[in-house]
Amino acid sequence: MTDAVLPALAETPAAPAAASLTAKTRRRRALVYVQAAPMAFVFAAFFLVPLLLTLIVSFWEYNEYEIIPSFTVQNYVDVFDGCLNVADPCTTVRTYLSTLKFCALTWAFTLLIGFTVAYFVAFHVRSATMQMALFLVCTIPFWTSNVIRMISWIPLLGRNGLVNDSLLGLGLIDRPIEGLLYSDFAVVLAFVHLNTVFMIVPIFNSMARIDRSLIEAAYDAGASGWQTLWHVVVPLTKPGIAIGSIFVITLVMGDFVTVGVMGGQQIASVGKVIQVQMSALQLPAAAANAVVLLGAVMLMIVAMTRLIDLRKEL
Amino acid sequence: MTTTIKLSRRTLLRGAGATGLTLGAGPITGFPNVIAAEPVTLRYLGTAVNQSADIARKVKEDLGITIEYIPVVTDEVTKRVVTQPNSFDLLDTEFFSLKKLIPSGNIQGMDARRIKQADNITPVFTKGEVGGKRIGDQGTAPKKVFYLEGQNSKSFASSPTEWITLIPTTYNADTLGIRPDLIKRPVTSWKELLNPEFKGKASILNIPSIGIMDAAMVIEATGDYTYPDKGNMTKAEIDRTIKVLIEAKRAGQFRAFWQDFNESVNLMASGETVIQSMWSPAVTKVRSQGVACTYQPLKEGYRAWATGFGLPKPLAGRKLDAAYDFINWFLSGWAGAYLNRQGYYSAVLDTAKANMELYEWAYWMEGKPAEKDIKGPDGSVLEKAGAVRDGGSFETRMGSVACWNAVMDENTYMVRKWNEFIAA
Repeated sequence: MTDAVLPALAETPAAPAAASLTAKTRRRRALVYVQAAPMAFVFAAFFLVPLLLTLIVSFWEYNEYEIIPSFTVQNYVDVFDGCLNVADPCTTVRTYLSTLKFCALTWAFTLLIGFTVAYFVAFHVRSATMQMALFLVCTIPFWTSNVIRMISWIPLLGRNGLVNDSLLGLGLIDRPIEGLLYSDFAVVLAFVHLNTVFMIVPIFNSMARIDRSLIEAAYDAGASGWQTLWHVVVPLTKPGIAIGSIFVITLVMGDFVTVGVMGGQQIASVGKVIQVQMSALQLPAAAANAVVLLGAVMLMIVAMTRLIDLRKEL
Repeated sequence: MTTTIKLSRRTLLRGAGATGLTLGAGPITGFPNVIAAEPVTLRYLGTAVNQSADIARKVKEDLGITIEYIPVVTDEVTKRVVTQPNSFDLLDTEFFSLKKLIPSGNIQGMDARRIKQADNITPVFTKGEVGGKRIGDQGTAPKKVFYLEGQNSKSFASSPTEWITLIPTTYNADTLGIRPDLIKRPVTSWKELLNPEFKGKASILNIPSIGIMDAAMVIEATGDYTYPDKGNMTKAEIDRTIKVLIEAKRAGQFRAFWQDFNESVNLMASGETVIQSMWSPAVTKVRSQGVACTYQPLKEGYRAWATGFGLPKPLAGRKLDAAYDFINWFLSGWAGAYLNRQGYYSAVLDTAKANMELYEWAYWMEGKPAEKDIKGPDGSVLEKAGAVRDGGSFETRMGSVACWNAVMDENTYMVRKWNEFIAA
């Protein structure tokens, strides 16, 4: 952006003395690159290079104790081994289907809850101080670590946990509900608990920017509450929803700790597969899985940005 | 310290060479050597379970050596040895890892002549025998990987040599843990782990190389298949084993899988599971919470494991001497007694016995009822007088070992299939 604008600005008054000013333009252009260099360096050193190395290693051979720099596609063949079988899908397909399921469920719940909370804080709370206070209240659970918030569900949901004990005590059930813990339910519950704030923040941010007179205009034009919500608020909140969705989906796609702990290690996740391979020192196999995961997440984000043009909306 | 900094690299090297010469020429002088010199710090790489603060304190008192623990998980130990052999001075790892470590060339053979108690190390390691009786050697049995052909050899020797790979620190025989109060009937076979009676209340550990061996013990117990070597399966055998596990998983047999010590304790103590693969100190911990838990001996035998001290290839000079001194100290009794009191077994039994009370030795090692309350190293009461150790004496327990923790030749394939099991 800046790269294109600055030279153009420089050239407008430069028309009479073209020769001397092209040098100046060049200098300015060089300056722009110098200014961008630190960020570019950090980006290259800590993101591009590791990513490139991962890509390279994913094509290497390995044995029990070393990785051998010779080209092979075996790691990728292993990742997709048996994946054409529809009746009994391979590990990779199963894992991705399960991860996608968690993504979809978590996304739906965090969006619903996040939107509602943000809507309440942005439109129903009048004073700005109160808004900020309530907004901070939303972040309180995040003052403790991720793992602790997750693990604290276990004594609540266990076979002899608080929920089962209470229900038994009230006589609502006559045997403990097994599915509360170490199940899909537990995983989704923990994901929603952990990630809703990532929806609330960007959606609230988008809502705060909506011009209130637009809403008044909608009411004046005779729109019902729901119509205003659907035709005015939701379209204007789209960028927030999109950013929140990207946060939630990338977090869920790459997670293996939550799935591991809440699923009792019985539910597969892509991250878990990679971790098992890493701990067995099968780094190239893990790298191949990581590249496939990266591809999958990028496809999802591309799909989302197709739906909403973030740059334009912001 | 300051004098060392002033020395040039050349003089340092000369000094190191001279030390080496003196050591080569004369007899080993032992501990006083180190005490006389400046204090040495040994960076001790291993799993947290073996890294006790008491041992570090005692060795500081006795030898003046400072032990700096680097606690990581088992897989991470292997990774460190293979990728960063300079980052530690003393290695404490499992014998089964040796199949990965030795070919990497980052471990040096230990000179048996410098280990005073080398000849007294229990024959479990040197010959694969207990009380003159041969024990199960399926998997990576220590006797298969105990000796190297030469100090820097990358292959194991089939008969005793003077180069030892690892000096044993602790070893034990693992079996299933059960909740006798919830099962309410005797359990005598590994096959109970997959018994539908315990549907939704069983667990297996999620460490592929160990988990699959527990599964193999179960499959053998059902009479379904007998493995030529449970610790080194063929691809077909891996497929067969994983298939049984997947069927059990889909039928809802497992409540959860566990990966670390505390997870296994929590599953058992909270009653989420009533039967599962378990480690001995985890059973002790469940019991210390006042929950009944038995480390159940089973008729098919135990799956054993062993850890030991190794020396990284780059270690030389005074640090190498200090490492030998530390290992000699470790085998000299105090540490052995300390470990035996936690339910592990120590490498040299005689020296450990000399450091234990008779009633303690009788309870832990001879399988006799406790004459007095049995206390742990920290003084807390582990068992009341009259209690008998699960599985009995050392000879009964170690004598019933069926197989050892292992790394298979088909490890890569096995890990892939294990991931399939988790995803199923």
